[in-house]
Amino acid sequence: MTVALALEMALAAVVLGVATWTIAARETFAAVVGFVTYGLMLALIWVRLDAVDVALVEAAIGGGLGGVLLLGAAARLRVTETLAATARPGATVRVGAALLSATVAAALATGVILLPDPAPTLAPAAAANATATGLGNPVTNVLMAFRAMDTMLEKVVLLLALVGVWSLAPDRLWGGYPGPRHHADPLGTLAFLARLLPPVGIVVGIYVFWTGKDHPGGAFQGGTILAAMWLLVMMAGIADAPQVSSRRLRIVLIAGPGIFLAVGLAGLAIGSAFLAYPVAYAKPLILGIEIAMTLTIAATLGLLVAGAPERSARQ
Amino acid sequence: MSVAINIITIVAITAGAFFFLAGTVGLLRFPDTLTRLHALTKADNLGLGLVVLGLLPQAGSLRGGLKLLCVWALALLAGAMVSQLIAREASGQRGDSVTGHDGPVS
Amino acid sequence: MSAAIVFGLCGAAAAGLGLYGLIADPQPLRKIVAFNLLGSGVFMVFGVVARRGAASGFGGDPVPQALVITGVVVAFSATALAVALLLRLFQVTGSATLNTEEPAGMGTDPADA
Repeated sequence: MTVALALEMALAAVVLGVATWTIAARETFAAVVGFVTYGLMLALIWVRLDAVDVALVEAAIGGGLGGVLLLGAAARLRVTETLAATARPGATVRVGAALLSATVAAALATGVILLPDPAPTLAPAAAANATATGLGNPVTNVLMAFRAMDTMLEKVVLLLALVGVWSLAPDRLWGGYPGPRHHADPLGTLAFLARLLPPVGIVVGIYVFWTGKDHPGGAFQGGTILAAMWLLVMMAGIADAPQVSSRRLRIVLIAGPGIFLAVGLAGLAIGSAFLAYPVAYAKPLILGIEIAMTLTIAATLGLLVAGAPERSARQ
Repeated sequence: MSVAINIITIVAITAGAFFFLAGTVGLLRFPDTLTRLHALTKADNLGLGLVVLGLLPQAGSLRGGLKLLCVWALALLAGAMVSQLIAREASGQRGDSVTGHDGPVS
Repeated sequence: MSAAIVFGLCGAAAAGLGLYGLIADPQPLRKIVAFNLLGSGVFMVFGVVARRGAASGFGGDPVPQALVITGVVVAFSATALAVALLLRLFQVTGSATLNTEEPAGMGTDPADA
């Protein structure tokens, strides 16, 4: 039992404790705060598992944007707390759910313990083909070159989720402004923070995206930071959310998957297969796609948190 | 030389961890929001500052050291602003910073 | 017992906790939080598989890590859609419950708004 292993067991115990509190807390607000804490400590576990890119994504999206989304919803739904608390399911449902959960957890644990040894791995294949793109970060290689189809489809999924959120607007508010209009004292603390932090945050976001070529980072992490800065400005009331029907907004939203698809079809026409990059142009192509992806991710994630239109267009 | 650097790192990080512990105990044991915020600022300023100070000799390059200091500065900024906002909410004030009015406008 | 196995067991327990919360809690927002917990537990098991695949100078197999990154983003977008649905349900009916028996006199006319 080394010191590192003891510390990791302590970390796992703390994470499970926070997860238990998230499930068991009385108030929804407290449960959501517990969930944000869980997300941030989970990022530490990812670092210990040598997955720094995943840690960045978990901290930014799981802890950061997910926390904002759920905290906002918990605040708006606070009036339903007392009514819902009386509707707890009976003892049979709870015991049955506990037995089912214990069985599933035990099955997963058995699967983890019985993982094959030596472990099958694609790392040698990833390392051998890394020269095809010239990027130093293996995860970026996998995301943008070896499994680029997954990433492109994921961008389409993000877009579909946004369309789903927008379609929840009532008919008379179709195409309007998402979410309520936020007001903050223009001389107050929140407005000050929203003026001070976004320039720094934008630089950090672009840096995290740019450094993803060779070090942990990438388009998702950088785009999330940019989305967070945009949300901060919107929440302080300094700038309003754009109209959902705005053409420029929609062009930014489809730029990412659109350019990805165009490069893919060009690979089909000029090269050997869909999404095949010619080796000489692989790095500039990937960077071009990533720049469009970062902008699209920033816009999409920001709008997903902003929510369905609640104010009519041209107000 | 590296032994001295490691000793500095261990001592500074231990001191920082002590302040984190003190801040957490304050968060759990103090009676109301404002005192708890006060305890948390110790964790942010002193605790994180000492941890960053301890990691600076291990940074290996000027860029790494500057990045560590940036992390501390950003955490300080976020902690200070959020503490202000929470404290305003907790004490029920809607302060107008130009005219200096306190209390809710009725 | 290596670090990877410890975190794998942690992920299995988190998945179990999330499943319990998903079934047992009546409030939809708590169900959404528990669903995210379940998802993160599964991702942790992915991470353990990635860690055990460390080879050729990498700390972990990059392919499962990329899959987890994709999974976290997709899970967040699903959560955002679920929260938007829940808020709309609250707007239309005045209560955020999955119970189909509505108490009389609650909420606005669904044909309005």
